[in-house]
Amino acid sequence: MRIIGFVAFLVIAAFLLVVPAGMRPFGEPRLWEMDRYFLEHAQEELAANNVCTAIVFDYRGYDTLGEATVLFTAVVAVAAILRRLKEKEIEGGEPPHV
Amino acid sequence: MSKLVRTIGWLLYGPIIIFGFYIIMHGHITPGGGFQGGAVVASGFALLIVAYGAKGAGLKERLFSVVESGGALIFVGLAFLGLGATFFYNFLAAGGGVIFNEFVPQGPNPGDLNTAGTLPLMNWAVGLKVLAGLGSIVLLLALFPQEEGE
Repeated sequence: MRIIGFVAFLVIAAFLLVVPAGMRPFGEPRLWEMDRYFLEHAQEELAANNVCTAIVFDYRGYDTLGEATVLFTAVVAVAAILRRLKEKEIEGGEPPHV
Repeated sequence: MSKLVRTIGWLLYGPIIIFGFYIIMHGHITPGGGFQGGAVVASGFALLIVAYGAKGAGLKERLFSVVESGGALIFVGLAFLGLGATFFYNFLAAGGGVIFNEFVPQGPNPGDLNTAGTLPLMNWAVGLKVLAGLGSIVLLLALFPQEEGE
């Protein structure tokens, strides 16, 4: 068991050491067409100085909608666990008629 | 909490709220935006709850619920209003609407609050949603153990 852990440690450590050696230099990504489009067109198309906000709320609005849904779900979960229950709700009433 | 904490909390609450709303309002010009500013405002609520207790802070769950649902509805409604072109189309930007419709020059410029179309409105919607959501989470967590003890 201990040998398996040691081998796993070696493999992961080698992976983490080898991968950064092959990384591209900073500022030269492999796929740059979309980044370039956002940077060059955000001010012209959306009149937005802040390109990050332009991406978050316009180009990738669906993503932000999902994030807002995640937050809403978290609030609903907390409210469902921590809400104040009445006596009747704790004991459980009759099942609903279908 | 002690009188010291209550006094400092009372002093800092206003500046924290104002700074959070400033971050929300300038989301399309400076770093920040709805999520970040909403989190700052919610931290102000957390400070109030720490200093005065869950009941004494004067925060209403009902109001939080209404504000969060309203923010979400405004956000989705603005997305649907762009449906003439596509979902989430920015129909107000660059001279298209009556507000936030100024143009900006290409490249570095000092920035103008009256730009970027629906982005500031969506920042406000998301900001209200986040501040109400995080505020209600903090309030519910603070209210819970007190009722166990009673």
